[in-house]
Amino acid sequence: MEDMIFYDRLQFAFTITFHYIFPQLTMGLSLIIVYYKWRFLKTNIEKYNNAAKFFMKIFAVNFTMGVVTGIPMEFQFGTNWAKFSELTGGIIGQTLAMEGLFSFFLESSFLALFIFGEKLMGQKLHFLTGFLIFLGSWASGYLILATNAWMQHPVGYEILDNGKFVLENFSKLFSNPWLLPAFLHNQLASLVTSSFVVASIGAFYILRNKSIEYGKLFLKTGVIFGLVSSLLLAFPTGDWNAKNVAKYQPATFAAMEGIFETEEAGAEIVLIGQPDMIHKRLDNKIAVPNILSFLTYQDWNKQIPGMDQFKEEELPDNIPALYYSYHIMVGLGTIFIAIMALAVFFLWKKKLYTLKPLLWAIMFLVPFPYIANITGWYTAELGRQPYLVYGLLKTSEGVSPTVSSGNTLFTLLGFVALYMLLGLLFLVLVGKTIHQGPTSQKH
Amino acid sequence: MEIFWYIIISVVFAIFFILDGYNFGTGIIHLFFAKTEKDKEVIAKSAGLFWDFNEVWLVAGGALLFMAFPTFYASVFSGFYLPLIMVLWLIIFRAIGLEFRSQFNFQMWKDIWDKSFGVASLLLALFFGIALGNIVRGVNLGGIENGVATFELHYFFLPLWNSTFSPLSETPGVIDWFTIIIGLISVVTLAIHGANWIILKTNSSINNNLKSVIFKLNILLAALTFISLLVWQIVNPNSLDNFIDKPYLIIFPVIYFLGLLGLFFIKKFKKDIYGFMLSTLVILGGITSSLASLFPVILPSTNNLSEPLTIYNTATSEYGLSVALGWGVIGLILIAIYLIIQKKLFSGKVDKMDYGH
Repeated sequence: MEDMIFYDRLQFAFTITFHYIFPQLTMGLSLIIVYYKWRFLKTNIEKYNNAAKFFMKIFAVNFTMGVVTGIPMEFQFGTNWAKFSELTGGIIGQTLAMEGLFSFFLESSFLALFIFGEKLMGQKLHFLTGFLIFLGSWASGYLILATNAWMQHPVGYEILDNGKFVLENFSKLFSNPWLLPAFLHNQLASLVTSSFVVASIGAFYILRNKSIEYGKLFLKTGVIFGLVSSLLLAFPTGDWNAKNVAKYQPATFAAMEGIFETEEAGAEIVLIGQPDMIHKRLDNKIAVPNILSFLTYQDWNKQIPGMDQFKEEELPDNIPALYYSYHIMVGLGTIFIAIMALAVFFLWKKKLYTLKPLLWAIMFLVPFPYIANITGWYTAELGRQPYLVYGLLKTSEGVSPTVSSGNTLFTLLGFVALYMLLGLLFLVLVGKTIHQGPTSQKH
Repeated sequence: MEIFWYIIISVVFAIFFILDGYNFGTGIIHLFFAKTEKDKEVIAKSAGLFWDFNEVWLVAGGALLFMAFPTFYASVFSGFYLPLIMVLWLIIFRAIGLEFRSQFNFQMWKDIWDKSFGVASLLLALFFGIALGNIVRGVNLGGIENGVATFELHYFFLPLWNSTFSPLSETPGVIDWFTIIIGLISVVTLAIHGANWIILKTNSSINNNLKSVIFKLNILLAALTFISLLVWQIVNPNSLDNFIDKPYLIIFPVIYFLGLLGLFFIKKFKKDIYGFMLSTLVILGGITSSLASLFPVILPSTNNLSEPLTIYNTATSEYGLSVALGWGVIGLILIAIYLIIQKKLFSGKVDKMDYGH
C-alpha cells in the first residue's frame, strides 16, 4: 500500500513536472505576442510583425508538447487516482471539463488560423486571432487554478453519506478566496519565464552577431516585461499567497517557513538553514528576528504557530522537500528582480547591448525561471500533504484500489523513456526555429 | 439529465473517432500502400497538419465523462490500466513520428518515423476496437473469484488476456477472440476512412488505386460485420432487446449499413467527399449501435453478483449536471463557430500547403 501511494505520487509528479515546462511558456508568451502584434498595428514597422510570428512558431511547438503531455495528466486522474476521481469528480470535473471546452478548442483552432491565415484575414483579424489565443491560454490557467484552489481550500461542496463530494454551489468555485491570488501569482510567474526566454534569445542573437536588430528588440522587451512581472510576482501576489497559506493551512505555513518551535513573540524569517528532522530543528540557520510576523500580519510581535503546535499526522509528510522548494522559489525570485533591475538600468544608460557579461548571464539564466515555477508548484502540492482535498480527503485514500505498485512502476519507467525522446524532439524543434531566425518564412 | 450528458459525451467521442480515426487510417494506408517518397510525404502531411486539433476532442470527451459520470471514469480507467497507458504512449509516439519526420532530409530518418507513425496508428485503431469490444462484452466487476469480491463492486482489474481467450469465461481478459474481431473491424473501418481522407485531401499518385483498395477492404468489412453480429448474440444475448423495445433505435444500425453498402460504389463517385461521408456514417453507426444496444448500461457485468454500471448509478448529482448544461451549451456553440471558420480556411488539397510548425 505504501509503495503504491509512493509510485502513484511519483508518476504524477514526474508527468506534471514535465508537462508544466510547456504551458508556463505559452501563457506568458501569448501576451508578449499580442504586444508585438499590437505594436505592429500601431506603427506598421515590419520588425514587430516578424517578432510576433517568430514567437508564435515557438508557441506552437510548446502548445503541441503541452497537448501531448497533457492527455496523460487527465487520464491519470482515472487510472492512478480512481478513488479520488470517483469521490470528487462531480466538482473538479466541472472546472476540468470547462477547460477542455473553452480553452483547448479556442487555442487549437486559432493557432492554425494565426500561423496559416495572415494573408487571408488581414492584419486586424490576425491581431484578433492572436488575442483569442492569449485568452484561451489564460482561461486554461484560470480553470486549472480553480481546480487546484478547490483542493487547497474546498468550498461550495456537500459530502453525501457514501463519502462522495457533490457540487452545492457552482459560483463558489470561482469566488474561492484561494483562487485569485494563486491565479495572478501563477500567470506572473509564467510571464517571468517567457520574459527570460525572449530576453535570452535576444542576448543570443546579439552575442552571435546575427539578426542583431531582432536581438536588441527581444532583449529590450524581455528585460522590461521581466522586471515588471518579477516585481509583481513578489509583491503583492507572493505576499498575498503566503498570507493565504498562513490563514488556511497554518501547519503548512510552519513547515515551509521552517518554524519547528513556536516563539514567544514575533517569529523570525529564515533565509538559510537545513531542516534536521531527527532533532526537529534547523541546522546552520541564518534568520532575521520578527520579520515573518511583520510580513504576515503587519505586527512585529504576533505569535506564529510552529510545527510543535500540530499533530504529526496534520503536518506535510515531506518537510525538507517542502522547505527547500519554497526557499529555492523565493531565493530565485529575488535573484530575478536583481538581474532584471540591473539589465533595465543599463538599458536606460544605453549600455546593455554591449555589456557582454550581463548578456551571457541573461542567456544562461533561462532554465532558472522554469525551476522557480516548478518549485513554486511543489510548495503548493507538498504543502497540501497529507491531503488531496485539504482537511477532508487524505492522499492515501485517493489512489486506485485495483492498480498494483508494480504496474505503476512499469508505466512510470515507460513515461520516463518516452518523455526523454519527447524532450529531444522539443529541443530540436525550438533550436531549429531559433537558428532560422525571425525573418525566416518557413513554418 | 443523465441521458442528455450521455448523448453529448457519446457525440464528442464519436467526433473524436471520426476525426482522429482518419488519422489512424491514414497511418495504416501509409504503412502498406505508400511507395514513392512524394506520396509518403503528402500522405503524412494530410495527417500531420491536423492531428493536434483532433486530439482536443479526446481531451474534451474525457473531461466531460469525468465531470458527468465520475464513478464510471474511475472504474474503467483504473480497470483498464495497462491498455490505457499503452494507448497514451502510442498517441505520443505517433505524434513524435509525424513531427520528427520532416526535420531532417535524410531517407533512413524519414523511413524510421514513417514506420513509427504507421505502426502506432495501426495499433491505436486495433486498441480502440478492442476497447469497444470490452465495453460491449462487459467485465468481471468487483473482481469476483469463487463468489468472493476482491474489490468494491464497481471496480475491476482486467488481465491483458487469460489462457482460454474466451469472452464467455468468468474472468475475461482485455484480449479475447471476440474483442479481437471488434478490433479488426475497427482497423478495417479506419483504413477505409483514412483512404477516403487521402483521396479527399491529396493528389497522391495512388488515389485511383486506393479506390479499389477501399472496395476490397469493404468486402472484408462486410464479412467481419456478419461474423460479429453472430458472435455478438453469443457474448451478449440481450443485445437486441433495446431495438425491439424501442424500434426507433434501428436508425443507428441503418446508418451503419447505409455507409457500408454505399462504399461498394466507391469507384463510381464523381466527388471525393462522398466516400469520406460514407465511411463517416460507418463509424458513427457502429459506435451508436453498440451504445444503443447496451443503454442505459455503460459497462455490463460478467458475473451475477455485481450490478452493471449504468448512466444512473455512476452519475454525479442532478445539480452538478444541470449547472454543467449551462456552460456546456455555450461551449458547444462556440466550438461549432470555430469549426466553421476553420473549415473555410482549410478546405481543399494539402499538397501545396506549408507543412508543420
